[in-house]
Amino acid sequence: MADMMTVRLKVNGVAHEGRCEPRKLLVDFIREDLGLTGTHVGCEHGICGACTIIVNGESARSCIMLAVQADGAELMTVEGLMQDGKLHPLQEAFREHHGLQCGFCTPGMLMTALDFLRTNPSPSDREIREGISAVLCRCTGYQGIVNAVRAAAATLRGGR
Amino acid sequence: MKPPKFEYHAPRTVDEALALLGRYGGDAKVLAGGQSLMPLLNFRLARPAALVDLNRIPSLAFIEESGGRVRLGAMTRQRTIEFSPVVAQRLPLLKEATRWVGHLPIRTRGTIGGSIAHADPSAEYPAVLTALEGEVVARGAKGERVIKAADLFQTYLTTTLTPDEILTEVRLPAMAAGAGYALEEFSRRHGDFAIIGIAAVVVRDGQRCKTARLATAGAGPVPVRLRAAEEILERDGLGEAAIEAAARKATELVDPDSDIHASADYRRHLTGVLTKRALVRAIGVARG
Repeated sequence: MADMMTVRLKVNGVAHEGRCEPRKLLVDFIREDLGLTGTHVGCEHGICGACTIIVNGESARSCIMLAVQADGAELMTVEGLMQDGKLHPLQEAFREHHGLQCGFCTPGMLMTALDFLRTNPSPSDREIREGISAVLCRCTGYQGIVNAVRAAAATLRGGR
Repeated sequence: MKPPKFEYHAPRTVDEALALLGRYGGDAKVLAGGQSLMPLLNFRLARPAALVDLNRIPSLAFIEESGGRVRLGAMTRQRTIEFSPVVAQRLPLLKEATRWVGHLPIRTRGTIGGSIAHADPSAEYPAVLTALEGEVVARGAKGERVIKAADLFQTYLTTTLTPDEILTEVRLPAMAAGAGYALEEFSRRHGDFAIIGIAAVVVRDGQRCKTARLATAGAGPVPVRLRAAEEILERDGLGEAAIEAAARKATELVDPDSDIHASADYRRHLTGVLTKRALVRAIGVARG
């Protein structure tokens, strides 16, 4: 077995430490070593976007990052969206507007939309479609997701 | 799938990284943003003995403008480029091209040096480097050398960088004030690699064309500089007939391959269509 390496990072504000082989993908470290299974593994080659998380404040795909590369990083996963027992406005909007059916892509969609709305708080529908094109959904036909992101953008602009 | 076993190093300086590459004698791979190499590792299409990760070398991430050119450190993220005021002002073609590179979460990690060194012929940055007549800096055990865009790309995924060298910097001449530019691309879905992409720059003087630059993505094993098409515009001006003639010439200058995404004929046709669109848009935004 290749040399094990120590990884220390924060996920959703909580400090974690683990040891893994350098080849361990960040998403597998999050799911298997930290037990946070909200982040999903889809294609494992950076196409489907299901594994998208926030790394040091910016969205990134955790299936094409190594866990050892996240040593010292601050991560946010879908588990970190809910605050004080309340769903995040994005989660509320996805529920309200049928932004999901099977839920497989949802963690990636939510984290992608979160970062997208930070860079573009008042997007047009075209820009929303471009933004969420980073994640593949096979259930909804995307229209519900576009509606949800548009609604969440309005709520977030309202300062909730 | 999961990557095969490898040894992992995250040096803090370029010198350390070069020493590591030397130690593995060609069996190590340089890891930049990882947005191409990591999928190759996950598919086990790449099986290096070691990875030399450049992500912890702070000196490789910078954007600096001086003396009429912009220098970008190889590890400058595509996302940083997308939102850089210097790039917006001096290299608006690069900014426009960046929006076509993957998606925002990809651009968070992906780097300019990685994209160029990977040399995917369908990628946008090699086309921009070619259109703007940029160059890259490569450092190796024997020192530093500068490689012009025209001398860099050899064939699919292959450059003239040697296995013991690291691409450290990309240098692009600042675009002329008022230069028109456009990057037109066709792909199946937004964020996919280009089936065909065309980068265009036009410096105009009324209806005359002082300088035209055209380069392709996806139209062969390397980016193609469409010099003979540029010459038509520089000779005949920016009228409709000259644009048509340049677009027609562009289709003669490329020798694309057929693959699962598109036939060679279709790519050749698209080269003409997108050259025309890129020129019309570039001329439209050019001042002077």
